[in-house]
Amino acid sequence: MITREPLVLGNKSLKDVTDDICRIVETVPGSKFWALLLSTKMLFLVYIISQGIIVAVGMGLQGISHPVGWGTDIITFVFWIGIGHAGTLISAILFLFRQKWRMAIARTAEAMTVFAVMVAGTFPVLHTGRPWFAYWLLPYPNQRGPLWVNFRSPLVWDVFAVSTYATVSMVFWYVGLVPDLATIRDRAKNIWRKRIYGALSLGWRGTARNWNHYEMIYMLLAGLSTPLVLSVHSIVSFDFATSMLPGWHTTIFPPYFVAGAIFSGFGMVVTIMCLLRQFIPNFKDYVTMHHMENMNKIIMATGLMVGYAYGSEFFIAWYSGNPYEQYIFVNRAFGPYGWSYWIMVTCNVIIPQLFWMKSIRRSIPAMFVISIFVNIGMWYERFVITVTSLHRDFLPANWGMWHPTWADLSVLFGSFGMFFFIFLLYLRALPAISMAEVKPILGVGKKDQGGH
Amino acid sequence: MADLISKLEGAVRHRGSKGIAGIWLEEHAFVEAARKTYDAGNKNLEAISPFPLHGIDDAIGIPRSYIPWITFVFGTLGLIFGLWFTWWTSAVDWPINVGGKPMWSLAAFIPIIFECTILFAALSSVGAMIVINGLPKIDPPIIDPDLTSHKFALFIPESAQGYDAGKLEQLFKSLGASEVKRTEF
Repeated sequence: MITREPLVLGNKSLKDVTDDICRIVETVPGSKFWALLLSTKMLFLVYIISQGIIVAVGMGLQGISHPVGWGTDIITFVFWIGIGHAGTLISAILFLFRQKWRMAIARTAEAMTVFAVMVAGTFPVLHTGRPWFAYWLLPYPNQRGPLWVNFRSPLVWDVFAVSTYATVSMVFWYVGLVPDLATIRDRAKNIWRKRIYGALSLGWRGTARNWNHYEMIYMLLAGLSTPLVLSVHSIVSFDFATSMLPGWHTTIFPPYFVAGAIFSGFGMVVTIMCLLRQFIPNFKDYVTMHHMENMNKIIMATGLMVGYAYGSEFFIAWYSGNPYEQYIFVNRAFGPYGWSYWIMVTCNVIIPQLFWMKSIRRSIPAMFVISIFVNIGMWYERFVITVTSLHRDFLPANWGMWHPTWADLSVLFGSFGMFFFIFLLYLRALPAISMAEVKPILGVGKKDQGGH
Repeated sequence: MADLISKLEGAVRHRGSKGIAGIWLEEHAFVEAARKTYDAGNKNLEAISPFPLHGIDDAIGIPRSYIPWITFVFGTLGLIFGLWFTWWTSAVDWPINVGGKPMWSLAAFIPIIFECTILFAALSSVGAMIVINGLPKIDPPIIDPDLTSHKFALFIPESAQGYDAGKLEQLFKSLGASEVKRTEF
């Protein structure tokens, strides 16, 4: 008989779950945490200061010029939005598929989504060059006509898609938090803790009638987030695909971008979960090797999908008979930026194949290293798509190279500072595992407790 | 203005009602106890638990949530709004010829219309849940702080039909309650 693996280890009682998960919010963090927090804060400061200098001096500080007008800002925007997608996949799509292992990781994956989208959102605003006019992207009644935004433009679709995605993800995340915030409120000894968490929990009491409506909207939000998340990266891909540029003007882009987004996002979830297990040892009972292995399987499957997309692009370029299209692909792999193409293929297609071996799928150091490679590879995928397509188009007179400057590198690395700084604050302020979702699945995989 | 504030405060400051509560420690026994209490004629019953319980809705006669209808109506409104707004701004209020495309370029407006649909549907569902569940509440009375952690409770208010504290106390005890207390909720 095939038995299910237990989802929570260590024979926990309901009270143990509450104690384990609340402890991290209720204790004063140790020196390790402060060291991490301060170092990410330094990196975040690098981000803020370099953004400030770019805004004050001008976009010329970054390497973008003719013909490569889209550089680090757009590459890193697509990268972070893609990271966010795994969180929604875990919280919404796996929920609809009744995958009970999602319960323990959904909260943190969703937090990752929210923070990644926040980081991503800063990049296009910076890229506009005049961020103080960023509100022009929104359609609002104005004294210039009113002159409305051009709804035929994929850039405006992007504004709508990303802002809707950010709003719905935050609401979904917050709704999931409400019962757990009530738990912290009820445990609080300190009056301010009680007041703050009491306000955040909206006075939740957990009657059966409340749960009835709550579960319904949770499912509705999952159902609404699923098409939403697929639409967001499709629309991001339209920014490229609706242009006439060889290498961008392809119909495979929407599914290719979505698969890549899920791939990169799971890479980041595995990175974060490895660190979480390392620094908060009692989370190992909730985020078990079984969870990690499942995520690694998804990384492998989506890695194969992006590998298929890379191959398919080459085939279609040849099959189209279009010399410009053919040239751009040969140039991608063997031109001046060929090295970036092979970094991408190695990191995204070849290295994840190690996960075919069960021992590697279940080894924390191995999966940590592979997940870092996945993150690097997926940044390079966006680099390859953006830069190699732009740098040589139809006319050789328009050819050129893109060289990143210190301003490119500092916003790229600084954005990780912003992400991890907010993430560390979240770990200490909010329950990182959803207690109300983990408690019902304590019996899974344990026959003597009526588990099913 | 002061009147409005006091009205709003009245809405969120929950005045609890007195009644009797039984507390259970085990979820399966609790659902069974809830079913028997309900079947014994106590229709005005609150079942409080730290997480959603399998089968509790059946046990105490809670119908399926009607929120999906609200979601559907608002989703449709979002769709109509998106359709109207893109048409009105692009083809009516200030039409601009962009690359010779039609003024009302329906296919190009689909992403906007789709996002409006999702946004309206999602926010209205959450809004409906908050209103229907009477949230937010300021300092609502709680029977036991562990009810959001590992305990389960049934509560029957004094206003319930045929309320008899002594009888109910006996009923709760016979159904395995670990504690019975007169309280406010």
